[in-house]
Amino acid sequence: MNQSQSAKWMTNGEAGLTVFFSASAFLCLIAAAKALDTAFAFHASLGAAASLAAVFVILNRYFDRPSSLPLQEIDGRPNYNLGPIKFAAAISVFWGIAGFAVGLLIASQLAWPALNFDLPWTSFGRLRPLHTSAVIFAFGGNVLIATSFYVVQKTSRVRLAGDLAPWFVVLGYNFFILIAGTGYLLGVTQSKEYAEPEWYADLWLTIVWVTYLLVFLMTLVKRKEPHIYVANWFYLAFIITIAVLHLGNNPALPVSVFGSKSYIAWGGVQDAMFQWWYGHNAVGFFLTAGFLAIMYYFIPKRAERPVYSYRLSIIHFWAIIFLYIWAGPHHLHYTALPDWAQTLGMTFSIMLWMPSWGGMINGLMTLSGAWDKLRTDPVLRMLVVSVAFYGMATFEGPLMSIKVVNSLSHYTDWTIGHVHSGALGWVGFVSFGALYCLIPWLWNRKGLYSLKLVNWHFWIATIGIVLYISAMWVSGILQGLMWRAYTSLGFLEYSFIETVEAMHPFYIIRAAGGGLFLIGALIMAYNLWMTVRVGEADEIAPMLASPPVALQPAE
Amino acid sequence: MSFWTRHQIFEKNSIVLIVGILAVIAIGGLVEITPLFYLKSTIEVVDGIRPYTPLELAGRNVYVREGCYLCHSQMIRPLRDEVERYGHYSLAAESMYDHPFQWGSKRTGPDLARVGAKYSDDWHVTHLTNPRAIVPQSVMPGYPFLAETDVDTATMADHLRASRAVGVPYTDDQIANAVADLKAQADPDNAGVDAFAKRYPKAVARNFDGKSGAPTEMDALIAYLQMLGTLVDFKLYNEKANLR
Repeated sequence: MNQSQSAKWMTNGEAGLTVFFSASAFLCLIAAAKALDTAFAFHASLGAAASLAAVFVILNRYFDRPSSLPLQEIDGRPNYNLGPIKFAAAISVFWGIAGFAVGLLIASQLAWPALNFDLPWTSFGRLRPLHTSAVIFAFGGNVLIATSFYVVQKTSRVRLAGDLAPWFVVLGYNFFILIAGTGYLLGVTQSKEYAEPEWYADLWLTIVWVTYLLVFLMTLVKRKEPHIYVANWFYLAFIITIAVLHLGNNPALPVSVFGSKSYIAWGGVQDAMFQWWYGHNAVGFFLTAGFLAIMYYFIPKRAERPVYSYRLSIIHFWAIIFLYIWAGPHHLHYTALPDWAQTLGMTFSIMLWMPSWGGMINGLMTLSGAWDKLRTDPVLRMLVVSVAFYGMATFEGPLMSIKVVNSLSHYTDWTIGHVHSGALGWVGFVSFGALYCLIPWLWNRKGLYSLKLVNWHFWIATIGIVLYISAMWVSGILQGLMWRAYTSLGFLEYSFIETVEAMHPFYIIRAAGGGLFLIGALIMAYNLWMTVRVGEADEIAPMLASPPVALQPAE
Repeated sequence: MSFWTRHQIFEKNSIVLIVGILAVIAIGGLVEITPLFYLKSTIEVVDGIRPYTPLELAGRNVYVREGCYLCHSQMIRPLRDEVERYGHYSLAAESMYDHPFQWGSKRTGPDLARVGAKYSDDWHVTHLTNPRAIVPQSVMPGYPFLAETDVDTATMADHLRASRAVGVPYTDDQIANAVADLKAQADPDNAGVDAFAKRYPKAVARNFDGKSGAPTEMDALIAYLQMLGTLVDFKLYNEKANLR
């Protein structure tokens, strides 16, 4: 009774995931029925629906696919897996625009409070985490997953590890985003900044993130290149450290397994320290290490020049991951956190300036001999300006971590401005630059639909950033000085509300800057859409052949 | 073999690279976080600190849910202007039962660490319903829906139980009477007020939202705001007592 070679069997992954999602659909239905609050019932229902959809899609895919899995190589060339990357890249644009739009709304709420509409789900307090999570985790996270899956395949010259696993990572991560985002609107939050999702979303993210690590690692393990490329060091450090931070910051005890509310394991001082150990390294490893990996692949690729210094990248890599972890307490200067911890945080933050600029120099000097391309290639210009913003933000950061400076800047808009010079200038621009490279590559197009539109995007967004950060510098320093101003008789000069009133014009300028940044992103979305729809196909197509096309000969 | 050649062990072996990364990122966190759990000087011993009453805890959960911490800090720094504007600088002990902490990171509105007893309940009801009715230049959202939403008391005992599991010293008595205490604190005519006062000495029982009927989220939030920063009597507090 030997099965012939052509007999079709489910892979372990297909069978295992079908069982897993069937069980999860069943458990989610029970949870929805027994839910103690409506938000939990809603999320459990979403979980049940998504699980059923997953079972259907996996079975459907199984019945449709040929008996053998996609080949690892075709004609001696790696058969790259691009489907999950296309999905992550496309949805990152959607989340980006959603996140920028919510940012514009909450910026406007601070200028015109009537925009809160006095409803629970439209008030600033619920929308602000929606904004930060949408831009950092939904937009940035999908860009990181898309680029990491692309870069690790290309620089290892092998197909991505796993068959369903990469799709599980991409779709599972976006399901986490959906649960987190709708949760904020419904008031489900554990109030830890940048770690707001409640216990069940955290558990789901843990499963997805471990799978992400395994897919990335197993692709590295089977690589055909002797060396692991520098971008992959940074991606690996980002993935591992985010896992450690997530587990350290989020242990919580649910009030009931059928309710959304939980109490975090840490309290008071310890919780504050855990939170900013996590919070600052979400910046250090999610928004820095991950995007430095993008810099290390996309800038050399676009400039057609090798990375400036191999030795600098080694020093800069180990120094930055070692020093960043210590910097968290600079968010807690002059608080009830012990002084020794504050001093350590400040000291390491100042030292962090050096490896940060090491990375900047390595990125910028890669342009050696190719500086003229900045005149003709707006995508490269965007990438290079992002590194310049990185340099600026990583100079400002150590400055603000000095205790005396921090005594003025803390609690003010200066911090908001600092974050946005990094977020809009560095993370935003390096992501846009990567997307402008990646979309034509993924969809096999010769180039972008319009470089002129990239140019418009670049300038409109740059003006937006400049308006944003200068407005926040002025309002932050102004408010900090007003809080500590004394009259000649020794009384505090301003009441708190006078300092709020003084912020009004700067809040309008900030909203205008955010609006310009959003317009730039809309131009990008149109440009990328047209690139996919009408951009001319590349002539050397087989390099990027997608699995279905590649499999035709075998059918 | 130069240093640069030796580095190849990381570049050629992904497991060695992972181990290297884990080792390097572990150091800073271990050095900064673990001592906070055993150094006695981290949290001073102060009279007056007690766990939140059920009503205050429910109010705190409203505070968390609505994201108040995004615009209001609860951490007064030992700087001249802050101490004069808000009161005595915050002590670590004052947030030791906070799971999670609510120190905040931004003051779009003023610090609330010692807002308790600064304004009347009536002021808070009006202000929370429509901030601009009291402070015309305010940019705070209005929360009129709090007064129309009853506190969900069904799982109150479980909230206390979960808090106890993570380190808040609620007694069995307090857990068993969580719902009764919640109702008693919002209604001074309630028969259970005396028992409540015995379980939570110095906690105040009032009709915080000024309305009759079941306790609302407005009651709970105001009960929480009115106790903030009031637990330690700074006339008696000796800041030298905890120097070690």
